Amino acid sequence: MITEIIFAVGFIILAPFIGALIGGMDRKVTARMQGRVGPPVLQPLYDVFKLFEKEKAVVRNEVNFYIFSYLIFVVFTGALFFSGSDILLVIFALTLAHAFLILGAYATTSPYSHIGAERELLQLMAVEPMLILAAAGFYMATGSFAVKDIALWPEPLFMTIPLLFVGIVFVLTIKLRKSPFDLATSHHAHQELVKGLTTEFAGPTLGMVEIAHLYETVFFLGLVWLFFASMPWVGLLVVIVVYFLEILIDNTTTRVRWQVMLRSAWLVALVAGAINLGVLALL
Amino acid sequence: MELLVFLILFPALAALVFCILPNGRLRDTIVVLVSAIIIAVTLYLFVMFAGAGTVYFDIESGMISQIMTGLEIIISAGLLYLAAKYRQYLIAGLVVVQLGVVLYAESLIQETAALNNLFIDPFSIIMAMIIGIIGSLICVYSVGYMRDYHTHHADMPDKRRWFFALLFVFLAAMFGVVFSNNLFWLFFFWEVTTLCSFLLIGYNWGDEQTRKNAFWALLLNLVGGLGFACTFAWIGLTDPSGGLIMMDTLLAAGPAVAMIPAALIGFAGLTKAAQMPFSSWLVGAMIAPTPVSALLHSSTMVKAGVYVIVRFAPIYNVTMVGYLISLVGGVTFLLASGIAISQSNAKKVLAYSTIANLGLVVACAGIGSYAAVWAAILLIVFHAIAKSLLFLSVGTVEHKIGSRDIEDMTGLLGRMPKVAVMMIIGIAGMFLAPFGMLISKWAALVAFLDAPYGFILVLLLAFGSAVTVFFWTKWLGKLIEVAWKPEPLEVKISNHEYGALVPLTVLMVAVCIGFPLLSSYLVVPYVFGIYGMTATLGQANMIIMVMMVFMVLVMPLTLLHFRKDRKILPRYVGGRPATSDMHFKGSIGVQRPVALGNYYLANYFGEQRLSHIGNGVCIAFIALMLAGILLGVIA
Amino acid sequence: MSYITKSPWIIHYDGSSCNGCDIEVLACLTPLYDLERFGIVNTGNPKHADVFLVTGGINAQSEAVVKNTYEQMPDPKVVVAVGICACTGGVFRECYNIIGGVDKVIPVDVYVPGCAARPESIIDGVVRALGILEEKRAKMAEKGGK
Repeated sequence: MITEIIFAVGFIILAPFIGALIGGMDRKVTARMQGRVGPPVLQPLYDVFKLFEKEKAVVRNEVNFYIFSYLIFVVFTGALFFSGSDILLVIFALTLAHAFLILGAYATTSPYSHIGAERELLQLMAVEPMLILAAAGFYMATGSFAVKDIALWPEPLFMTIPLLFVGIVFVLTIKLRKSPFDLATSHHAHQELVKGLTTEFAGPTLGMVEIAHLYETVFFLGLVWLFFASMPWVGLLVVIVVYFLEILIDNTTTRVRWQVMLRSAWLVALVAGAINLGVLALL
Repeated sequence: MELLVFLILFPALAALVFCILPNGRLRDTIVVLVSAIIIAVTLYLFVMFAGAGTVYFDIESGMISQIMTGLEIIISAGLLYLAAKYRQYLIAGLVVVQLGVVLYAESLIQETAALNNLFIDPFSIIMAMIIGIIGSLICVYSVGYMRDYHTHHADMPDKRRWFFALLFVFLAAMFGVVFSNNLFWLFFFWEVTTLCSFLLIGYNWGDEQTRKNAFWALLLNLVGGLGFACTFAWIGLTDPSGGLIMMDTLLAAGPAVAMIPAALIGFAGLTKAAQMPFSSWLVGAMIAPTPVSALLHSSTMVKAGVYVIVRFAPIYNVTMVGYLISLVGGVTFLLASGIAISQSNAKKVLAYSTIANLGLVVACAGIGSYAAVWAAILLIVFHAIAKSLLFLSVGTVEHKIGSRDIEDMTGLLGRMPKVAVMMIIGIAGMFLAPFGMLISKWAALVAFLDAPYGFILVLLLAFGSAVTVFFWTKWLGKLIEVAWKPEPLEVKISNHEYGALVPLTVLMVAVCIGFPLLSSYLVVPYVFGIYGMTATLGQANMIIMVMMVFMVLVMPLTLLHFRKDRKILPRYVGGRPATSDMHFKGSIGVQRPVALGNYYLANYFGEQRLSHIGNGVCIAFIALMLAGILLGVIA
Repeated sequence: MSYITKSPWIIHYDGSSCNGCDIEVLACLTPLYDLERFGIVNTGNPKHADVFLVTGGINAQSEAVVKNTYEQMPDPKVVVAVGICACTGGVFRECYNIIGGVDKVIPVDVYVPGCAARPESIIDGVVRALGILEEKRAKMAEKGGK
């Protein structure tokens, strides 16, 4: 019990800094790919701190309630995950968090936010099956839903559920809001939706969204790592490679329409899930 | 025993009174009174029998069975008359065949002082509470609603006496279904629910579409009833002593003996639970006044369908028939959820979500393992409460804003804050962690994973629940999309409507918080009694759930903080100045309103497209199942 | 220490420019000048922005938009007028539809002249604007403290 709490608290304290470092490296590598120098590695932290220096301005007061709930539940999701709890509950908590984010965008009653919210919903719908199937795969491979048991499994789970790993890497692009699946909001200017989902969030409100994003990044990379948990260093290497791949894809592709996103994500989930779970079930 | 008989007879007798009483305050008061008595007696029933396990009651069946047979013949004659009058020859044929089969079977079975005709066990108690509490609350709601309904539809003949009588007959029949151990009795009550739903759906009989939908519902349920009737023929032919007519004997006989009746009753259950390909009757039933929809969807009718399937779940465990039933449920869950995306009519969304959730229950029951049954029963409970709450709040909203379209509910939180909050709680209860349905989904997933070939169901569930998140969240979004401070619309909502809505909301929250108690006092004893083992959520997960409930309940308090000290910025409409009620300055200086609509993705999730696929697939599964039965009969 | 100078986000609006200055603004983001070195991001969304870059003079059509965009930016915020048209109206100032420089509509903090303004001077202007931004932030924090 004590270890679990230490891990959870550790996540809550460290994750934003780790997330910021990852984000900073991301921007640095992206800049280098484009032949630029890029911002300092700690830039994501500066951005967040700056946002909290701005005035507390909103389009509607209620919006902050939804966004704060989003942040809290993202943190809760990650803490559950890193304290080794039930992975299905982790996924459900994440869905709840995202529902709050989407409701926050709806509550602004602004056209750009509204479309962003709808697209975020599409993204949520595209990703959800793969996450649940991955959880099912972990269970079939180890006989437990507890992240703790999965992490302590003696063999790398990648060997038993490789297709689910591929599926998770695929939907990671959607979850990290990377091109070609940055439909709801993106890091770049000049998109047709202004800033989509986050258009109406200013100052500290946006700051909360950004912090939640840092937590989320760490959580998802943790999920990737879980496939190699029995070999922690190999796992770390894989996480680095996967993230580099995400940056590469981000920089070399253009945004697709939602139809393509939904179809491809579901197809990947269906093929990966059906084959991998089927093989596990029949063996 | 007196309690059980009271619960069956009292609403029926009350119905006789309502046939006579004219519209007016006296009738309204008596409706409330009768409902209150039913609720009180149901609660007393819970207190008396909650810890008692399974209790059987001997009632001399001879006389009662004859009365039932007599009533059945009268009902059949009535249906035949209607069918002939409106040229529904298929229905007439089904009625005749069904009656023939039942009478034939009865002649085969020499009833030797059948005992244990009534019984009660924890599952019956749960069902009785759903029927008694939720059903009665819907009756109370109807008092206010129907008054409004006839003001809105002044051209319609006012048949409210008839309406209230039917509501209570319906409740009586439902109590009969869940308390009967004698399958003949169960069947009688089953057919009464079919009849009541037919008459209630056809409440606005003068309308042609209404009549058509009512007959369609009747037709599909008669098909199911025929399946039920065939059970008796089979029992009569294999075991003329009539011992198997008792549900407990039949269930105890195990799959080797009971497979065929279980499959036939499962088939009947599928029709009543509106699974694909039979789902269309429930969608058509939306034409009835809202309390009828609420009743059909939450506490009665469809719940009778899943009730029998869950009852026979132990027989289905690890069998081909059970697996096929599960697949029908799973496919229905996925596709009905998909169709709900493309609907903007709130009642239709609710209808498809009901079909989907019943699909999940059926999928669990078809798997029939202890974990699956545990999940199925929890699903039934959560769904009943959330769905009745949603239907009733949509009904109230419809009367106030004059539309049941979700797009017209934009910013409802500003216009009708109280009802909107109740609706939000209901919707959250349908799909969000940590509320009820999600616990059940968790349990269902665990159950599927442990079942042989369960991975296909896992796939269906994974995609289905993603789809569910989509259509509920966008509805929620519409409700909270408040652009301006509009005038409140809530002034004229009747006390009767609040009298049902508020308790249901409280019940919803209470069940979410108190579901561990519900599980350990009622569901676990039932499951344990059958399987000798049971599923639970596990202590660690329980703690997480409680934490999440706590967080969700505490979170709105942050509004107190976020409400003050904020500068309000104008919204971004491409840089054009926009007013606070979202009108922007368009070209040549014209003020234009901003209109925001949700995605319905009709090209991908259209009703026709998906229901064609679903019907085809499910017909194939059911045909396979029936073919299997035929082979079994021949062999 | 304040972070606002380390992460100034920009919104860029074209009042009625000939696009010369716009091209130069975008040139600042290219690898040659790489404004992101300073944490500067072109957001395209007033609610996220700290610095408002306006190019071109203000005409009857763009007046309302400039005002609206400025209103939507949360404090502290600065406005940089880029190019001679944005500063004074430039060669178009006598046109029937031109109101004048940006300062006719909203308060301007930094003027960057030039036709078109060179990327170096735009960067210089933004850096000067950061000093003003920091002052405004300090003033705001002081007011909030009281």
